[in-house]
Amino acid sequence: MSGNGASAVEIQGLNKWFKAFHVLKDINLTVARRERVVICGPSGSGKSTLIRCINALEPHQEGKIIVEGVPLSEEVGQVEAVRANVGMVFQQFNLFPHLTALENCTLAPMWVKKMPKAKAEALAMQYLERVHIPEQANKYPGQLSGGQQQRVAIARALTMEPRIMLFDEPTSALDPEMIKEVLETMVELAETGMTMLVVTHEMGFARTVANRIVFMDFGEIVEIAPPEEFFTNPKSGRTKEFLGQILR
Amino acid sequence: MTQRRPPRVVMPGPVEWLRDNLFSSPLNALLTVLALFLVYWIVVPFFQWAIVDAAWSGTTREACLARENGACWPFIIQRIDQFIYGFYDLAQRWRVDLTLAGLAAGLMWLTLPGLPAKRGVGAVMLTAFPVVAFVLLVGGVGLERVPTERWGGLIITLVVAVVGIVASLPLGILLALGRRSELPVVKGLSVAFIEFWRGVPLITVLFMAANMLPLFMGVSVNKLLAALIAVALFSSAYMAEVIRGGLQAIPKGQYEAAAAMGLGYWQSMIFIILPQALRLSLPNIVGNFIGLLKDTSLVSIIGFFDLLGIAQAGTADAAWATPNTALTGYAFVGAVYWAMCFSMSRYSKHLEGVLASGEKR
Ligand SMILES: Nc1ncnc2c1ncn2[C@@H]1O[C@H](COP(=O)(O)OP(=O)(O)OP(=O)(O)O)[C@@H](O)[C@H]1O
Ligand SMILES: [Mg+2]
Repeated sequence: MSGNGASAVEIQGLNKWFKAFHVLKDINLTVARRERVVICGPSGSGKSTLIRCINALEPHQEGKIIVEGVPLSEEVGQVEAVRANVGMVFQQFNLFPHLTALENCTLAPMWVKKMPKAKAEALAMQYLERVHIPEQANKYPGQLSGGQQQRVAIARALTMEPRIMLFDEPTSALDPEMIKEVLETMVELAETGMTMLVVTHEMGFARTVANRIVFMDFGEIVEIAPPEEFFTNPKSGRTKEFLGQILR
Repeated sequence: MTQRRPPRVVMPGPVEWLRDNLFSSPLNALLTVLALFLVYWIVVPFFQWAIVDAAWSGTTREACLARENGACWPFIIQRIDQFIYGFYDLAQRWRVDLTLAGLAAGLMWLTLPGLPAKRGVGAVMLTAFPVVAFVLLVGGVGLERVPTERWGGLIITLVVAVVGIVASLPLGILLALGRRSELPVVKGLSVAFIEFWRGVPLITVLFMAANMLPLFMGVSVNKLLAALIAVALFSSAYMAEVIRGGLQAIPKGQYEAAAAMGLGYWQSMIFIILPQALRLSLPNIVGNFIGLLKDTSLVSIIGFFDLLGIAQAGTADAAWATPNTALTGYAFVGAVYWAMCFSMSRYSKHLEGVLASGEKR
């Protein structure tokens, strides 16, 4: 297809099954560089599964996924090559509890990119400053608030200097007062031009930050539209119904 | 307005202390009384036997026969060399002393808080020390050979226990990882290995290693070496299950976060999964070590004179035939085992505290 290297993620004819359960049905989605795509939809619609296919945390059975020009395939090294370009932030933070915030951030640069320790630490501090918690660098995750933990997780992903960031409901496990600080960090990240795929129910974030919104239901992409159109003039009845429930 | 009186600060007197701690409820009071009875029935007579009525001086059994209601400590005092060295050549015992001193120094350095360079010392203890200890104990490189048949007492016990402990931890880790592997062959072999060793009693394994193997295979293996291998394999199977328990407690998200960052299988295991899993299983790992240390006494059944073997040999010796020799021997050996196991247990508790202090959730 296009293959001109202009797109960050290309997904063509993606199908995935969990045993007999058809979880992703014929997904086609192209994300341009520097584009910000928000994915929403009811629980169980396959949003997490879709973005987890992009960095091969989930294997898929049919279709093509090309990330920054690298096709995800069984070939040795391909998965690692893709993961080197893709950072991920999880709903449950998944920080390493036995390492300090700083160590969480330096681990991958040191061992995947073979960076010297001092350089990795300088880099990690730079990103911890970017997410506004340099003073927490030497604390363990258990000593941080949820919002702080999620910001460390964002910094940790950024220290690998990925070209694409995947977010799977990054604020869903947070108390309301902490949601804001994490969303602000994400807005700032968007302003740097990072390609972002964000699964979220934060419609305010979607409205202001997203270039396009993808609505999924029952494993299908039902609708893709710019926020303006998505919120004011949704085409599908299922989208309307979903928006009706979520926006009230 | 009423004036507030400052609260009275009273140190609790002995009566208050008793009431608060020992007799706070009828059940508590009952348990206290019961415990006192136990002390009276068991501890007091033991104390009487081991200390008050015991024979302390003298060099022969006559001294003990004179005090027939007490422990026969001269038996231990006269034979303390055997309890430590077995029948190791007299002139060569400095080599055992040196090895034991090295082991003690290394362990103390590693376990006492506040000492520097623990990593370096640990590395030396795991690499250079075993080689040096081997040469010192066995001989070679200019040192006279001391056949393992002459080893005995504490050195046999310690050699079997330390080798078992040091070998079973890495083997157990590999087996535990193997059992959780997605590669069917690796998984199958690990399961078969683990279940085989867990299914047979150590004593039969030792017997096979000592007698059957040479008989069937026609090769003469050093009996101590055979026993060491048997103990290491046997305990690694148990260790594997303990560590597997720890591995299972690590949430899936930890694996996923590691994978998403591009860490490979071994990197995520070494840096992320194992440190957490080992910490979680630390109490059980040390429990296994303690079990292993005590199980080493089984080598006395295949003809080694370990601590227990020496005690048994002594009781059979006509020169020390007294009513209390056997009891004293077992009490002494029991006390030595207890001291070693209790130290391990305390150290593990301390370590748990240290490890938990940083990352309280
Ligand atoms: N490992 C798995 N094995 C079997 N079924 C799974 C697995 N993971 C997810 N599913 C199923 O696949 C469907 C899609 O799951 P997914 O987690 O992608 O949904 P989601 O849109 O992210 O939902 P939510 O908003 O609740 O996070 C669900 O029905 C889920 O039960
Ligand atoms: Mg989800």
